[in-house]
Amino acid sequence: MASARTGPPRQTQSFAWLYDPRTRGIILQIALLVGVAAFFIEIALNTAANLKAQNIATGFGFLDRTAGFDISQTLIPYKSTSTYGQVFWVGLANTLLVAAIGIVLATMLGFTVGLARLSSNWLVARLATVYVEIVRNVPLLLQLLAWYFTLLIALPLPEAALQLPLGIGVTNRGLYLPAPVWQQGLGAVLIALLVGIAVSVAIGKWAKRKRLATGAQVSAFWFCFVAIVLPPLLVFLAYGAPLSFDYPKPGRFNLEGGIVLLPELIALLLGLTLYTAAFIAEIVRSGIEAVPRGQKEAAAALGLRPWQVQRLVVIPQAMRVIIPPLTNQYLNLTKNSSLAVAIGYPDLVSVFAGTVLNQTNQAVEVILITMGVYLAISLLTALLMNWFNARMALVER
Amino acid sequence: MRHPILILASVAGIIILANATHARSSTLDEVKKRGDLRCGVNIGLAGFSAPDDKGEWTGLDVDFCRAVASAIFKDPTKVKFVPLSAKERFTALQSGEVDLLSRNTTWTMSRDTQQGLAFVGVTYYDGQGFLVRKSLGLKSVAQLAGSSICMQTGTTNELNVADYFRTRSLSYNPVVFEKNEEAVAAYNLGRCDAYTTDASGLYAQRIKLADPAENVVLPEIISKEPLGPAVRQGDEQWVNLVQWTLFAWLNAEGLGVTRENVDEMLTSGNPEVRRLLGTEGDYGRGIGLDNDWAYQIVRNVGNYGQSFERNVGMGSRLDIARDQNKLWKDGGLHYAPPIR
Repeated sequence: MASARTGPPRQTQSFAWLYDPRTRGIILQIALLVGVAAFFIEIALNTAANLKAQNIATGFGFLDRTAGFDISQTLIPYKSTSTYGQVFWVGLANTLLVAAIGIVLATMLGFTVGLARLSSNWLVARLATVYVEIVRNVPLLLQLLAWYFTLLIALPLPEAALQLPLGIGVTNRGLYLPAPVWQQGLGAVLIALLVGIAVSVAIGKWAKRKRLATGAQVSAFWFCFVAIVLPPLLVFLAYGAPLSFDYPKPGRFNLEGGIVLLPELIALLLGLTLYTAAFIAEIVRSGIEAVPRGQKEAAAALGLRPWQVQRLVVIPQAMRVIIPPLTNQYLNLTKNSSLAVAIGYPDLVSVFAGTVLNQTNQAVEVILITMGVYLAISLLTALLMNWFNARMALVER
Repeated sequence: MRHPILILASVAGIIILANATHARSSTLDEVKKRGDLRCGVNIGLAGFSAPDDKGEWTGLDVDFCRAVASAIFKDPTKVKFVPLSAKERFTALQSGEVDLLSRNTTWTMSRDTQQGLAFVGVTYYDGQGFLVRKSLGLKSVAQLAGSSICMQTGTTNELNVADYFRTRSLSYNPVVFEKNEEAVAAYNLGRCDAYTTDASGLYAQRIKLADPAENVVLPEIISKEPLGPAVRQGDEQWVNLVQWTLFAWLNAEGLGVTRENVDEMLTSGNPEVRRLLGTEGDYGRGIGLDNDWAYQIVRNVGNYGQSFERNVGMGSRLDIARDQNKLWKDGGLHYAPPIR
């Protein structure tokens, strides 16, 4: 390339542009771009042509056709006469449910175990270490199968259902909870609750402003507690306790009525939570250990109590180290939830990329949609966590 | 980056390569060149396709693969078995990973016409049944209303159950697994009241349960499940070859040609037997094989009835009666067109 600059000074004017490195660069890049685009278009056309040649149906019209099969857990309305498109939404809702609950539980457990790893109590620290080392070194699929079949073996059969207080029933077909039945007046109770929350948020802000202005510690806890609990309680009683429950009752084969948490869901949540929490624990531990010792000592020297040192000085700084890898774990958990198919939980991969793909046999379309969905979920999670990370970042003053 | 021409040439080369897959050569030529038949079978279904204690694949579906290999190579061992789950099977056939799918697969219209598959016939007339615990004392499927039912994903069974209960306005709780083993294990541990699949599969799975005698197959059959081999559409020679392998297999039984007497039968005066075994006529040429193609099938795997009895019938652990899987002249449904 260098020769272009130092080459013969006067080329024929019409070809001079050919020797300009900038122009050449642009031409090359355009050529490459066209080449890559042509490559992918060719793949798409070739696929379509081959599918047609093999007499395999193509297109997205199948989404409007009747599915014809049933699904064990549906968060949104679904019947076997619904469409394949509806199956997609049912599967997506089930995936999001597991991902959301799993992320919350794994974060709580992960932080607890991470702190336990650093505990000065020898036993607690060792137990946490053993947990982390065992759980994160055994393949997740095996753990899921182990949890699932353990639950099926350990829990009682429906005819010997374990009846707990509050009408809760436990069998190996699921955990049965009483379902609240919506009645006249419950809406007013909810509104009262929302008002109470709004009031206590306002009280909290006022207390913080006062503390910053005067330095006086104002304890708003009891005010908030009363504000949240009292109004809904009064409205509830005023309407004559407008809430009843649909209790699970023994049926011919299973307990009937109430809300059912399927053993597949419980096993999947157990497996995903315990597995991911082990990784989160390590992230939390490394984040806390990354905060220089001097910070703690300085905080202690200022007279802060140990829990204040942790909460006000150590954790905020540790979070900067923790959040980026934590995002990774959230994405992993979401993607790992696709192992659900092994234990019969109807997630997106199981019902859509599994059953629908098999019924319609439109593998290309179904897999494209499924991959697109996981990509979108992951990008959204990452976006959210980046925003959170930016908020938590150290602000230099 | 000094030669943009080179880059463009390589891109063009890739496009040409991609286009090359448009043209497919004949499946028979590919199989012959490769030296073995790739046959998609069930991962493990006793009597149909399962590895035995020596690691050899055995079963009715497996025997059909060996029959096709015998017709082509005169050697039943020239088969590479590719175990496939219900979910993977069609994609594996379409993508060319297997030449032939012989995996207890129900012949349905959508599979035959919209999925690029061609079914060649029926190796086993089946129907969907239910396995339940004897202690429940059930008599019919309708009594399963409100129960939990374990099954495998990607099967016609899943759809049949939904139809059955919906048309009767009954409810049930499906528990659907990707693999049969997991569905059976869950049933075994009491996750479900019933396990459903094709009746043949129920008998095959029952012998694997903790206590087979405590479980019964309900007498009611809720669907038609004609199970048969399938190939890709678009290669008529291959479709014919696989189809006539099945017909020869059935005709051999009808004519009383067995693995044991096939060599004596070569001198038979019966023109039907002579045409089957290739001592008369030129029937192999039409499917691209030698005239002794059917002789090789019978010599290596026996006729259909022999394979049936050995794998799933009274001579096997499954102990299934032949019933509708008898030949037409014995009161069954198997009826193969004549070789002539």
